[in-house]
Amino acid sequence: MTVATIPAPAFAIERFRLANGLRVVLAPDPGAPVVGVAVVYDVGMRSEPEGRTGFAHLFEHMMFQGSHNVGKAEHMRHVQSAGGTFNGSTHIDYTDYFNLLPSNGLELALFLEADRMRGPAITEENLANQVSVVKEEIRVNVLNRPYGGFPWIKLPPVMFDTFANSHDGYGAFDDLDAATVDDARSFFDAYYPASNAVLSVAGDFDLAQARDLVERHFGNVEARPAPVHPSFEEPDLTDERRLSYTDERATLPAVAAAWRVPDPVTELDAFLPYVVLGELLTDGDASRLVERLVHGDRSATAVAAHCTFMSEPFASRGPTVMLVQAFLPPGTAVDAVLGTVDEELARVASGVDEEELDRVKARVAAQLLRGDDSVMGRSRRLATAEIFHGDAAMSTRFAGLLGEVTAESVAQAAAALTPRRRAVLEVVPGGAQ
Amino acid sequence: MKIPVPGLAPEVPLSLPVPVERTLPNGLRVLLTRRPGVPLAEVRLSIPAAHTDLAAADLLASTLFSGTESASMTDIARRLQSVGGALGAGADPDRIAVSGNSLATGLPELLETLGDILKAAEYPDAPFEVERSRIIDGLSVAEQQPDFQVGRVLDARLWGDHPYGHQQPTAAEVAGVERAAVLALHASRIHPAGARLVIVGDIDPDATFAAVEKALGDWNGAGEPRTMEPLPALVTGPLVLVDRPGSVQSAIRVAYPAVERVHPDNAAQHLTNLVFGGYFTSRLVMNLRETKGYGYSPRSRVDHSPAGSSQLAAVDVATEVTALALAEVRAELRGMADNPPAAEELDLARRYALGSIKLATATQAGVANYISVLASAGLELSWLAEHSERLREVTTADIQRVAAEELDPDRAVTVVLGDGALIRDSLAELGEIAAQ
Repeated sequence: MTVATIPAPAFAIERFRLANGLRVVLAPDPGAPVVGVAVVYDVGMRSEPEGRTGFAHLFEHMMFQGSHNVGKAEHMRHVQSAGGTFNGSTHIDYTDYFNLLPSNGLELALFLEADRMRGPAITEENLANQVSVVKEEIRVNVLNRPYGGFPWIKLPPVMFDTFANSHDGYGAFDDLDAATVDDARSFFDAYYPASNAVLSVAGDFDLAQARDLVERHFGNVEARPAPVHPSFEEPDLTDERRLSYTDERATLPAVAAAWRVPDPVTELDAFLPYVVLGELLTDGDASRLVERLVHGDRSATAVAAHCTFMSEPFASRGPTVMLVQAFLPPGTAVDAVLGTVDEELARVASGVDEEELDRVKARVAAQLLRGDDSVMGRSRRLATAEIFHGDAAMSTRFAGLLGEVTAESVAQAAAALTPRRRAVLEVVPGGAQ
Repeated sequence: MKIPVPGLAPEVPLSLPVPVERTLPNGLRVLLTRRPGVPLAEVRLSIPAAHTDLAAADLLASTLFSGTESASMTDIARRLQSVGGALGAGADPDRIAVSGNSLATGLPELLETLGDILKAAEYPDAPFEVERSRIIDGLSVAEQQPDFQVGRVLDARLWGDHPYGHQQPTAAEVAGVERAAVLALHASRIHPAGARLVIVGDIDPDATFAAVEKALGDWNGAGEPRTMEPLPALVTGPLVLVDRPGSVQSAIRVAYPAVERVHPDNAAQHLTNLVFGGYFTSRLVMNLRETKGYGYSPRSRVDHSPAGSSQLAAVDVATEVTALALAEVRAELRGMADNPPAAEELDLARRYALGSIKLATATQAGVANYISVLASAGLELSWLAEHSERLREVTTADIQRVAAEELDPDRAVTVVLGDGALIRDSLAELGEIAAQ
C-alpha cells in the first residue's frame, strides 16, 4: 500500500504587532469572496477566580452585550446585516470571538472587535439576562441530557487538586448568580488588554489595505500591560485515582481514563507522539482500540482517545492530559475494559510498524487541512497558534511536525500510560436499561 | 462622543462554480467541481431509497464498509486511511448516502475503495452483529435525549403513516433485522440508476471523471425504483404533552406549513422565517433570549425535504417558564402578520440571506453539500444565484401575506416535552392538551 505524501497549505501569513501590544496575523487568500476575523484573548476557564466558576464563559457572553459605540445586540445585528455570522467560545486556556463575512464587511468586523476590545458595556440588567441564558445553556448541554459534562467537567477534579485545574468551567449556578458588574470590570482589566490578544484575518482581502484598517481601528485601543500567566503546574499522579458516579439518564456504562502528558507548548516535541498515539488507538475501524474493543471483544460500543480535555492539542497549555473514553454495552465491567486498554498500550509500547504510522499520519494531516477549508476555521487556528506557540505560521506546520514523529517515540508514549499514573472516571447508568 | 459604525465596501457579487456534469452509461450522474483551496476532495454519493425498511437501511449504512469477498473491514479502513481518507454512510426515508473526503491526490484510491464496496459488500456476520448491537446501544442513549424524544413524537404527530412519520427505528425493529435482509436490500437498491455522485475539491474534472469511470463504470444491476409520495397537509389539534419526569427544561416545538423551494413564495418565505426566528437578530431570539432569558437557542427553520416542506420553531426553556415561553412563541408567530416588518427589518434579513449564500458556498464541503441538497430537489447550483435575485425583490407586503398564510399559531402543531406534573396546569390555560 502506498501512503500519500502530506501536502502543506499554500497561503501567505504576515505577522506584526501594534504599539499597544496587539499581535496581528493577516493571511490573504482570494479563493472565495469571504473573510474570517478572529480575536483570541489569552485567558480561559483556568484563570477565573475562586467563587466565580463559569465566569470566563459568562464574560464571553457579556462581550456581546454592547460596547462604547455599539448597543446591546447590535454586534450581532451589524454582522448579520453585512451577511455574516459570528460566535464566541470559551476554552480552558483561551477565549475566542470570530466573524465570517462577505469580504466587503472586513472593516465593519474590525471596528466591532476593536470597539469591544476597549470594554463591554455591562449593566445589572444585561448581566442578569445573560446569567439566565447561560443557565439554560448549561441545562441543555449538561443537566438535562445523559452523560452531560462527561468527561470534560467531571474528570478534572479527579485528576487535579488545584482550583484552577479542577473546577467546573461551565460554572455552578450559585457562582453565576453571585457574579457582579464589578467582577466583570476586574476581569476585563486583568485579562482583556490588547497586549493579551491576537487579531487574525484570513480570506479575500488586500494586504496593504487590511494593514491600514487594522491600524486605524485598533491602533488607539489603550496600551495596558499583559497579565503574567501563573504556572498551573501540579505534580503527576503516583497512584491511580478513581471516581464513580450514577447518571440517572445514562443507559450504558461509560469510562474515561486520563494520564498527564508533556506540556503541549514548552515540551511540544515530547507531546506530539501522544497526539499520534491517540489517532493510532481510535481513529477509524483500522485503529487498535476500535479493532480490539468494539469489533474483537465487543466490550465497548464506542471508544475515543485524544489529547487535552477539549481535544485541541495545539490550543492548550499544560498541565493537561491524554484521554481514553469508552461507552460499554449494558452490563460490561469497566475494569475488564481498562485491562484491555492496558494490554493494547503494552502492545504499542513493544513497537509500531512504519506503514501503520504513515497512514495514521496521512489521515491526521487531511483532518488538519480540512480545518483550513473555511477561512473562519483558518483565522481561529492562526490566532491560537500565535497565542500558544508564538507564531501563527505554526498552524500550517503541525501536520508536518506530526509527520516527523517516530515509531519509537509513539511506543515510548504508550509505555508511559501506566495504571498508577491514571485518573479514572466511571459512569454508572441509572437510566432505563 | 460616538464613533460611527463604518459602512460596507461595495458588494462582491456571488460567484458560484459551475459543476461539470456527466452521466455514466450505467445511469450514475456525476457532478465534478474544481474548487482549489486546501488540497482535499469532498465526496457525496446519494442513492434513492424511498420505501426501504428503515431499520434495514440503517444497518446497511452502518455495515457497508464491513468487508467484501476480497477485503476485510480492517483492510478497507487501512486503504482509506493511507490516502488521508474516510467514508461514512447514513440512511433516511429518501436515500442512502455515502459521504467522505481524502487528500486530493488520494481521490482515485478512495473511489476504487468505494466502487469495490458498492459492487461487492458482503456484510460479514461478525461485524454485522457488532453494528446491530451498537445501533441498539446508541438508540438507548438517544432515547434519553430531549431533542430526539420530542422529534420522534413530532414526526409521528405531523406525518402519521407517511414514511416521514417514523424516521428513527426502534431497538426492537433493529434487533429484528437479519443479515439476509440487508443483503437483499443491497441487491435491490444499491444501484447507479438514479444515483448521484458529487465531488468537489482541488481536482481536475477530466482526470477525476476518468477515475470515476474506472472505479464505478462497472457498478450495475437493476433496481425497483420507488417514489416517495408527497407529505400530507398539516392537521392542527390540541397541544401534545410528552411527559419526561424530572426534566429540568421543557422542549417546545411548534410546526407550521411551508411552500417548496420552487414555489413563487419561497423567497418571501425564506425572509419571513429569518425575521421570525431564523437568525440571531430575529424577533424570537431577541424576545425569548435577549430580553426574557427563557432559553439559550430559540430558533426557527424551513425544512425542505424531497417529499415536501414544513417549518419548525424550537426552544428549550426552564421548566418554570414553559407556558410563558410557549405563549411568547405563539405571539411572535401571530405578530408576523399583525405587525409585519418595516423596510429596515426586512432589508436586514435580506442582506443576511444574501451573505449566507456566499458564506455557505465558500468551502469545498459547503459547495459539495449544496450541490447535493439542491440536486435532490431537481435543482442546479446556479439556482442559488436565481434565488438571490428573487430575495432582492421581496416586499414587506409579501412577508405579511406569507406570514398570514403560514405563521398562524391556530393552525400549527405543538408538541411540548417536559416534566408533566409541573407544566400541565399552566399549559392547560393556553388551550386543550392531548397527553402522549
